[in-house]
Amino acid sequence: MFSSAIIVFREVLEAALVITIVLAATQGVLKRHLWIGGGVAAGVAGAVVVASIAEGIAMSFEGIGQELFNAAVLFSAVAMLAWHNLWMSRHARTLVAHLKRVGSSVSSGELPMYFLSTAVGLAVLREGSEIVLFMHGFAAGGSNGVSMLTGGLLGLAGGCALGALIYFGLLRIPTTQLFRITGWLILFLAAGMAASAAGYLMQAGVISGSRPLWNTSDVVSQHSFAGQVLHVLVGYQDRPTAVHLSFYLATLVLIGLGMHLTKQKDLAEPDPSTMKN
Amino acid sequence: MRGLFASLTLALAAAASTAMAEVQEFKITIKDHKFEPAQLTVPAGQKVKLLVVNQDPTPEEFESYDLYREKIVAGNSKVVIFLDPMEPGEYSYFGEFNPATAQGTIVAQ
Repeated sequence: MFSSAIIVFREVLEAALVITIVLAATQGVLKRHLWIGGGVAAGVAGAVVVASIAEGIAMSFEGIGQELFNAAVLFSAVAMLAWHNLWMSRHARTLVAHLKRVGSSVSSGELPMYFLSTAVGLAVLREGSEIVLFMHGFAAGGSNGVSMLTGGLLGLAGGCALGALIYFGLLRIPTTQLFRITGWLILFLAAGMAASAAGYLMQAGVISGSRPLWNTSDVVSQHSFAGQVLHVLVGYQDRPTAVHLSFYLATLVLIGLGMHLTKQKDLAEPDPSTMKN
Repeated sequence: MRGLFASLTLALAAAASTAMAEVQEFKITIKDHKFEPAQLTVPAGQKVKLLVVNQDPTPEEFESYDLYREKIVAGNSKVVIFLDPMEPGEYSYFGEFNPATAQGTIVAQ
């Protein structure tokens, strides 16, 4: 029971952190729960489908289908997060001004939710399919199913609890700062995902790998709890290769530059408080 | 969104097929939550293709911190894992779903 709790918790962690950050980043958006809930629901449904055809996926493309699938899901999520950040850097000031003036919510028309909704769905899909495979495999294998299920639910609850804790922490940030901070969180989240995607491409043999540049597993093991949280939040890897690092930095620079450029356009406009809303 | 996803997968697949050079293949079998052979010797300094065959009805996750690899192997199924050129030495791996018994090492020489 304990081992299944830990395995499920580790899988849930990444998706839980993504959902947490997205919830914080959409503070004050009307019906955001529907969008994010919809993303989670679609992700869960997708996870069941993916798990049921896992063998087919794994053996496709000469045995590297699982890696290609994971890389494609991760890169798509990176694209969604990037789009959101670019949009926000252009509109955040208007949005904050509106939230402060009206003191209530903005409609999802004013803050497009589909990027983040899709990103949430993809995160749940990827982690969820592994949980479904794991739980289903053991249920089918006949090894004490109830204990496994209890453990799985405990792990799920643990992941959600941690997400909730971080969420309420983020809510303590004042509105004026919140979007800037969630923007940074999303930027690093995306960079870490791009590096993980590169890792899958190396595992698949699509990109030639190389020896790790350094090894900090003695300091913070990537597989310890702290290491795993850091891995999701800022893309921490204890043994990164040049390929990991280049994907990480390239994503940081590209999205960061995009945010910077869209922001300057916004600054060129006369007075943000007189813009629409 | 689905278009983006499909084109990404296709682009990756295209890149994959060009990158598939001939590499030496080795086989590891999972049975009763154990790896066989528990110690596998492979040539150092060249890319290696691992075929992991799971003969158990339960799924397993082949995971190696040393080699930076993780891949799920469904029950009664098999997967392919590519390993990058290694320095001579011992590299450990394990089955994440049954770490108590599923332990193995790869020796590069």
